[in-house]
Amino acid sequence: MSPKIAHHAAEKHHHHTHATGSRHPGGHHLLAVEHLGVSFTMYDPAAPFFSGTRMVSRAIRDLSISVHVGEVLAVVGASGSGKTLLADAVLGLNESNALVTGSIWFDGAPQDAASLARLRGNGIALVPQSVAHLDPLMRVGDQIVGFTARSRAEKHARRERMRELMGAYGLDASVERLYPHELSGGMARRVLLLCALMDDPRLIVADEPTPGLDLDRAVQALGDLRAFANQGGGVLLITHDMELALRVADRVAVFRNGTVVEETAVENFARPELLEHPFSRALWRAMPEHDFDVPAAREGGAQKTVGSML
Amino acid sequence: MRFPVALRGLVRFAVLMAAVSVVTFWLVSSSPIDPVQANVGQAAYAGMSAAKRAQLEAFWGSDLSFWERYLGWASCALTGDLGTSLRFNAPVTEVIANRAAGSLALMACAWVLSGVLGCVLGIVAGACSGRMPDRVIRGCAYVLSATPTFWLGLVALMVFSVFLGWFPAGFSVPIGMSASEVTLADRAYHLVLPALVLSITGVANIALHTREKTVDVLASDYARFARARGERTAGIVLHHGLRNLMLPALTLQCASISEIFGGSVLVEQVFSYPGLGQAAVTAGLGGDAPLLVGIALASAALVFAGNLLANVLYGVVDPRMKGATAHVA
Repeated sequence: MSPKIAHHAAEKHHHHTHATGSRHPGGHHLLAVEHLGVSFTMYDPAAPFFSGTRMVSRAIRDLSISVHVGEVLAVVGASGSGKTLLADAVLGLNESNALVTGSIWFDGAPQDAASLARLRGNGIALVPQSVAHLDPLMRVGDQIVGFTARSRAEKHARRERMRELMGAYGLDASVERLYPHELSGGMARRVLLLCALMDDPRLIVADEPTPGLDLDRAVQALGDLRAFANQGGGVLLITHDMELALRVADRVAVFRNGTVVEETAVENFARPELLEHPFSRALWRAMPEHDFDVPAAREGGAQKTVGSML
Repeated sequence: MRFPVALRGLVRFAVLMAAVSVVTFWLVSSSPIDPVQANVGQAAYAGMSAAKRAQLEAFWGSDLSFWERYLGWASCALTGDLGTSLRFNAPVTEVIANRAAGSLALMACAWVLSGVLGCVLGIVAGACSGRMPDRVIRGCAYVLSATPTFWLGLVALMVFSVFLGWFPAGFSVPIGMSASEVTLADRAYHLVLPALVLSITGVANIALHTREKTVDVLASDYARFARARGERTAGIVLHHGLRNLMLPALTLQCASISEIFGGSVLVEQVFSYPGLGQAAVTAGLGGDAPLLVGIALASAALVFAGNLLANVLYGVVDPRMKGATAHVA
């Protein structure tokens, strides 16, 4: 296949190239993460037990990504490589022993820990991985409504909104009365999405939202996030699945060794010569339709990670 | 084949009662204390003729074999007659009923107090995990759980009764007052100090367990999601913490009945509080098998009831437990 590659996809600015839908209303990105570093102080596991030597473990270094209005940006990296730390940083939910450096801009304004905390459920929303993120002892309806309402009237309005959303997303009214363990997988995913949509977010951070689904079902399940982006929202999709990312996202950020090595339009994955970084090219070749070619000699140490990613 | 829950419960209860009575009987019979000698008195026993001793032994049945004695007791027990206490010279059921009134009030106060206080302290410590309130509460809990109950009772008596004179130095009613004159306030006044001492030892255990569970809940995925949706720690503890803490707290609380009962033996001894615990000590030291078995059965029934309560409440609290039964160790 050799589609026409538009100019915007090849042109680079702010470490990334654009997709067709990428827009800069107001002259800025919806979310811009620049030179993010996350490190942890911990006891050195290699040191003798009683010495108590501390060390700094660097999980994310010099990571930059941008999410535009109207697009899905997929951050693709191996499982357990620290992608979730990116979600934590964007939501301001860092562990107490984490040291976070760099800058995060939301809607053109620089953010600090306190302002990121204010944005939670008020501009930025999380769609988590599984039903384990719901309180097992509380009815689903109460959880979708949440506990951020300040007044009785507001609470009532939120309940009304929940019913509208449930109707719009094909959830039966009886789901409201169920407990999380009674939900099917599809119902649970929509409930988690509704939790995010309740607050009318501008950016949704989706952290591995389709665990255990095959590619076609996962693409289908992500249709709702796609629709959210098309309506003018931004989606930061964190996943380990490159094929899924290429099917759903507008742009892909390749995450490796704690940083993003290349952030580029999905179109550029049509031809490896449009990809800048050797690892992205190695990923391209390792995909099923490109014969699972894992060229260890050509790409150096990339082989192992590629294999475990796909 | 599955029996109905109620039937299974009944069978378990019957087996428990039989086992407890056999073991207690066996323990009393293998104790070196001779019931005849202990109850007649040292001097009277020394001056007694051999024939008189044999007559007494035959009267009390202490010359019979273990199984003969046990079966004799058991056949009467099935008809509701638990025998006569040697030390109190009254039917065992009567002694237990008299003693239980005071003991149950004491234990119930201590049980509720330790549960509520332990839970509150544990939640505060867990929510402030690693910070000053947590360190203070944990420190106190470690010291308290390392403190023997009887020693704490003695210290409390010295400080609050002897030095400060705030509370009476023992007994459940004022000394020298006739039973008809004793008011409820008098009884409550005498109850305060032993109940406090008894509850404090349970507080540490419950606070530390609740703290761990609170830390777990706050580190859980659902707490993280709630935080991502804009909830603060206090809100998470209130909305998600309490209901998820309920189950382990219930387990602990129901299991702590046995600990409270054990503690009451020591506390009643220290405070000369006439309850079941003190009666158990008297019965044990006097070789009073019927009373000791009776008290053992009563306490086993109490603990069984506690676990049963936990089972029932589990089903009410946890929607995942519908139809299933929990087991409380």
